Amino acid sequence: MIQTENLTKRFGDILAVDDLTLELEAGEVFGFLGPNGAGKTTTIRMLTALISPTSGGATVLGWKIGQEDGQIRRRVGILTESPGLYEGLSAERNLAFFARLYEVEDIAQQVERYLRMLGLWDRRAESAGTFSKGMRQKLAIARALLHEPQALFLDEPTSALDPEAAHMVREFIASLKHEGRTIFLCTHNLDEADRLCDRIAVFNTRLLALDTPTALRRQLYERTMVFHLRQVDPRFVERVRSLPFVRTVRSMDDKLLVAVDDPEDNNPTIVRSLVEAGAEIQFVGELRRSLEDIYLKLIKDNEEVGSGNGDRSSG
Amino acid sequence: MDKIWVIMRKEWSEVFKNRFVLFTVAFLPLILVALPLIMLYFTGSSGGDLSGLSGTDMPTRFAELCGGMTESECGQYFLVSQFMLLFMLMPLAIPVTIASYSIVGEKTTHTLEPVLATPVTTLELLAGKALAAAVPGVTVTWIGFVIFEVGAHLIATSPVVLARLTEPLWLLAIFLIGPLLAIASVSVAVMVSSRAHDPRVAEQLSMLVILPLLAVFFGQIAGLFLINEKLIMWMAVALVIIDAGLFAFAIQLFQRETILTRWK
Repeated sequence: MIQTENLTKRFGDILAVDDLTLELEAGEVFGFLGPNGAGKTTTIRMLTALISPTSGGATVLGWKIGQEDGQIRRRVGILTESPGLYEGLSAERNLAFFARLYEVEDIAQQVERYLRMLGLWDRRAESAGTFSKGMRQKLAIARALLHEPQALFLDEPTSALDPEAAHMVREFIASLKHEGRTIFLCTHNLDEADRLCDRIAVFNTRLLALDTPTALRRQLYERTMVFHLRQVDPRFVERVRSLPFVRTVRSMDDKLLVAVDDPEDNNPTIVRSLVEAGAEIQFVGELRRSLEDIYLKLIKDNEEVGSGNGDRSSG
Repeated sequence: MDKIWVIMRKEWSEVFKNRFVLFTVAFLPLILVALPLIMLYFTGSSGGDLSGLSGTDMPTRFAELCGGMTESECGQYFLVSQFMLLFMLMPLAIPVTIASYSIVGEKTTHTLEPVLATPVTTLELLAGKALAAAVPGVTVTWIGFVIFEVGAHLIATSPVVLARLTEPLWLLAIFLIGPLLAIASVSVAVMVSSRAHDPRVAEQLSMLVILPLLAVFFGQIAGLFLINEKLIMWMAVALVIIDAGLFAFAIQLFQRETILTRWK
């Protein structure tokens, strides 16, 4: 669906995107995370045929960037960082203008469809300039979808929105996932990425990690089980520590935190050992690392490597 | 062609909601129509005593155009003839305000990137924007000229002068040179607009396009040359070439990547 190979973009001395190789499946929601200036917007602009790469290449929906840009623009939708609406025009006219540029066949029907879908139909005749930030963002999303693109690029779709508007936009993106569109989602909101994305790339000029949110957690942190006990006794700690598959054990309040390999197989043994030692187990769970932990760890590691190498890069 | 028309309609929807732009489009024609009519009125009602003009103030070469006229009629015609150039100034100056804002304005309001992400070509985008600026300028010039002609028939006393105002020289100047000048003007303004970073700078720089015509205006007053039908035809040929060159150059100068990545 979307493939990049050693995609690189330089602006003079500034390296914005370095050697990016990715492959997105059809119908996938792909999270693209990175700090400000990481090159996320530059990547989106290259993949939507707005700017050309310095080296490397990419195919989007089977069309090559830099060679078949018109075909790509016809088939992808983009929500730019800023909604970029014509504030003096009504919501309906804003959409109708873009529908004509995208050569949409039944303009009135498509405009109505998306205005209704995003809850803007009743305000279709009002100028976009009178809309709240959330409404503008919804109108910009409608604009990106008018021509039914197979791939949708969303650049910070919920930034600067209040929680309620952000929630609505997020729900809408989730509904698009069910329509089978490929969605490339640039976001700073890690919780949003965690909830919406099938896979996540952490990016800071170059690709730092790429996997499902769950697999990223596993790659970066050992799995830690939490055993809630009625009362913790040092004997329980020693007993669990003696098990060969256990990496570390520490107690905290009435909990034992056990870092363990392959908990699906080994948890029953731990539970049995604790019960045999006289522990009363109330319940067992897994300590879940947030995506924020993963993101911050990757970015920090990258900055340390970067400063060590004297890198000069920006987005 | 469809997309050019779509862009033109969108530009008009936006532009003519701005009262200042409406004012700039309407003000210049009002002044440039009123001035020659007032001049015709006063020169006609003063008994046509403009004989002094032919001897001292009027360029001697202008007399070539005065065949069959009395001295005072020639003087009256000389004065009014200066306004032919001002009628040619209208389609040059009026579109500049609209065209100079066209690209840089969209960049500053962040509307350009979504447009560039559509399958619209640079030619379609610039042609749409250029024509959206040129058409109102040419239209108000033509309307202004028709009002001037009607007014002149109501005011002027000399049928000889009246007849001169509908001669091919005037019609060519207004209906042929006018649109060609408008295209040159908007091509320059769109070019400046796609390179400038500030709408105000774009407008100021684009206004420089009227300088060559002002040179012609003062050149005629000074008697350096005379605008006759032959010169108008040569001007038309030259303008067709200049317009094609300027528009092609405007397309070359429109660098999507630079506009998106370097402008803040």
